[in-house]
Amino acid sequence: MLLRTPLYEKHLAYGARMVEFGGWEMPVQYSSLLDEHHAVRQSAGLFDISHMGRFVVSGPDAEAFLQHIATCDVSAIAVGQSNYGLLCRPDGGIVDDIFIYHLPNEFLVVVNASNRAKDWAWFHEHASGFTIQLDDRSDQWAMLALQGPAAETLLNQTEDVQADDLAYLPFHGVALCRLFGVEALIARTGYTGEDGFELFFAAEHAPALWDALLTIGVPGSVKPCGLGARDSLRFEPCLALYGHEISDTINPYEARLGWVVKLDKGDFVGRERLSAIKATGPARRLTGFEMVGKGIARGDYAVQSIEGDPIGHVTTGMPAPTLGKMLGMALVPTALSKEGSEFDIIVRDKPVRARAIKMPFYKARYKK
Amino acid sequence: MSFTTPDNLRYSKSHEWVRVEGDEVVIGITDYAQDALGDVVYIELPQAGTSLTAGATFGVVESVKASSDLYAPVGGEIVAVNAALEADQSAINGEPYAGGWMLRIKADGSEDDLMDAAAYAAFVDSIAH
Repeated sequence: MLLRTPLYEKHLAYGARMVEFGGWEMPVQYSSLLDEHHAVRQSAGLFDISHMGRFVVSGPDAEAFLQHIATCDVSAIAVGQSNYGLLCRPDGGIVDDIFIYHLPNEFLVVVNASNRAKDWAWFHEHASGFTIQLDDRSDQWAMLALQGPAAETLLNQTEDVQADDLAYLPFHGVALCRLFGVEALIARTGYTGEDGFELFFAAEHAPALWDALLTIGVPGSVKPCGLGARDSLRFEPCLALYGHEISDTINPYEARLGWVVKLDKGDFVGRERLSAIKATGPARRLTGFEMVGKGIARGDYAVQSIEGDPIGHVTTGMPAPTLGKMLGMALVPTALSKEGSEFDIIVRDKPVRARAIKMPFYKARYKK
Repeated sequence: MSFTTPDNLRYSKSHEWVRVEGDEVVIGITDYAQDALGDVVYIELPQAGTSLTAGATFGVVESVKASSDLYAPVGGEIVAVNAALEADQSAINGEPYAGGWMLRIKADGSEDDLMDAAAYAAFVDSIAH
């Protein structure tokens, strides 16, 4: 039995096609993936992301605990701010990528839907010695993302956001607000490469808030968006997706996420191995590529050298809607991850030439 | 969700349609197939003159999120290819039974084992629910 968010009925009512994702029955698209993608790049789109995990860590050792399990410097996240981090295994593999929000007296940690149970267990396994309390709020809270260049202006039009207040919410900032009469946490975070917000609030309000957010502005200003557009939108700015660019068997340096690993912040799970990997450099590395020959690379397609030797695999590939190019990311030997390197992608049993290009493909337009 | 299945066509289980025109047949993908695939952004079709075997793949059609092989519902020699689709695939989604046609084949076999519209509609209904 697949899990459903509090918005399941709404998705059906809005004409969504539902698919399985990480054990959840989720909308992949409503009208058209391309329309939804372009709406977020040009105006605004609304995503139900209630399937993601939401853990609250509180208690006197909350910060020390997170500092122990996350690769980022949690002590540098001020109250009212948030940051991206990784949970790493002692061997350097990535347990999950997470977002840590520093709230007054507690931390909210957002984890991937497919890793909820694994992360919850990971938190508990590493909790001994820390005076903390762990609460799983995933089912009590819904989570929506309103993303796109028009998101701030549109939200400021709602009557009780305290209007212009959002102009003062910085990139990665988080604050308590009231939205259509509902108390919600609002954060300037997202997964699309655009400015935008993520909202956390009591699950019972989800259907009403979903409808309300889709009516702000003129009709059609905010488009409901599914996981299809969520994937293409995160792909263009090269944001990692768990199970693709990162996994238990891929380390941060391979995934070009070394900037998320703060080796000098003190000890943490995985630090010893990660220091060693950084010192020698990873043997394989994520690279962006563009198809030179005709064809579309897809996740898991094999990559081979020009000479015909197997050298890696595609992590994600698709036609990039904003850029109009057939692009992909692949894990290949570090020497071939350099811009301009050429290799072949095996597309339906035939090698098709591809060339390594700079990442990200699309420069994120965050409000700084 | 209901999909159009014109009465004058015959249909394969892999969601291609066939329209008989004398001793030639025109082939495309169905309304259900285009909807399941989403906006088509890429297509690979064989060249005119190529011979096709019934049931074999003859090309591929891809959307942002998915790739789907195309299967020949009947065998024969390709007499024409809808070259316009190479540059603009929107007709596959917009008018799958008209401008979205893909191949014209001089059929060397029968299309009798394909489904009629009622049977195909029932087939789609059985997999969609």
